Amino acid sequence: MNFSIPLSHLDQYWSGFVVTLKTSVIALILSFIIGFIIATLRVSGVRPLAFFARWYVEFLRNTPLLVQVFFFYYALPRLHVSWLNFNGYQAGMLGLTFYTAAYIAENVRAGIQSIDKGQLEAARASGLTYYQAMLYIILPQAFRIVIPPLGTQFINLVKNSAVLAFFAGLDIMYVADSLQGSSGEVFGVYTFAALFYLIITIPLTILVNYLEKKLAY
Amino acid sequence: MDVIVQAFSASNLIFLGKGLLITIWLAIVSIAVSFVFGSLLAIFRYSKTLVLAQLAFVYTEIVRNLPLILILYFAFFGLPEFGLQLSIFWKMAIGLILFEISQLAEIVRGGLNSIEKGQIEAARSTGMTYRQTLFHIIIPQAFKRMIPALVSQFITIVKDTSYTAMFGLMDVLNAAQIIWNQQFSFIFPIIILVAVLYFVINFTLSSVSLRIEKKLG
Repeated sequence: MNFSIPLSHLDQYWSGFVVTLKTSVIALILSFIIGFIIATLRVSGVRPLAFFARWYVEFLRNTPLLVQVFFFYYALPRLHVSWLNFNGYQAGMLGLTFYTAAYIAENVRAGIQSIDKGQLEAARASGLTYYQAMLYIILPQAFRIVIPPLGTQFINLVKNSAVLAFFAGLDIMYVADSLQGSSGEVFGVYTFAALFYLIITIPLTILVNYLEKKLAY
Repeated sequence: MDVIVQAFSASNLIFLGKGLLITIWLAIVSIAVSFVFGSLLAIFRYSKTLVLAQLAFVYTEIVRNLPLILILYFAFFGLPEFGLQLSIFWKMAIGLILFEISQLAEIVRGGLNSIEKGQIEAARSTGMTYRQTLFHIIIPQAFKRMIPALVSQFITIVKDTSYTAMFGLMDVLNAAQIIWNQQFSFIFPIIILVAVLYFVINFTLSSVSLRIEKKLG
């Protein structure tokens, strides 16, 4: 195993690391927003909206992320609408966002439904409207329950973001693969990529485990 | 309309069908082998006395925190460096198995830990050996509880096989890519068909799991 090649390209690994981290953070924020909306539709009680939300979740969770990225990368540009022409990085980011949103929607829904129905009734009885009750009583409690799963989704995002490597996304995986291609060194180059992923994922895994224990009641 | 009819020509469908068989075969091999080894690793960790417990711990915690795509790169370029001349199918299968072992080990471990420790003491006090307790009391109960998590990981494995298309395995996604590269107007019908194929496999898996859960109570 030869570490001199990755060691002399640490700057490239670092820029890949920044891309991976940045992409995962942005995708997490966007997928939280979308996931939250989908979950709200799901519990809205409005039939067509709940139906849409249910099948969004089922379809995106049961098909591969790569197929979804391909859809944004290869299929949508065929519509010849200028703003639907995505480059590899954008297609990867969109795929990661919509895919993760389906998982987050399920987490948020589970969070909302875990709050005792009596609380909503009590809040309504005390004069709050449905939206006030949701916003001030149900959602803050649901959010607490959703935090550990959100951490898990973030870890998954960091790992799944390696899909960017297939689309020249300049992330850790892409940097390592390019370096492997130009130098021919396999183990040293990929071991360093592994280390850069573990720097993010291992502390997060420990944090999520801690939060799960702390917030469990 | 013509495009759809042409895209779904007999020869294209047969080509996709062959790819689908490879996807299914790869998924079955990966699920079966990684379930066996993942369970073993989890049992090693559960029986803390074994030296193997430490090894199992290190392996699961490192590998499950890495991207699958990185492990596939390792397998693709690394296995030949060991002098192993394997077909692309087995290189990909080994990569998948190495990764999924860690995921399944974590699920099985969670299942084992969910059984109250008092049961071990109770079983031991009735005269059963530790091994008898493990295999007749703990594992059967734990297994029942893990079914939902196991099946959802099996679904993930089916989706995960799609990454092998990027390494040249002729799975259903790669077959689809070849078809739409020959005739780019086929992209929409073909990519949607592929997504639906994955969806049908995975939705069936999750429905079967729900039925088993209900049966077991």
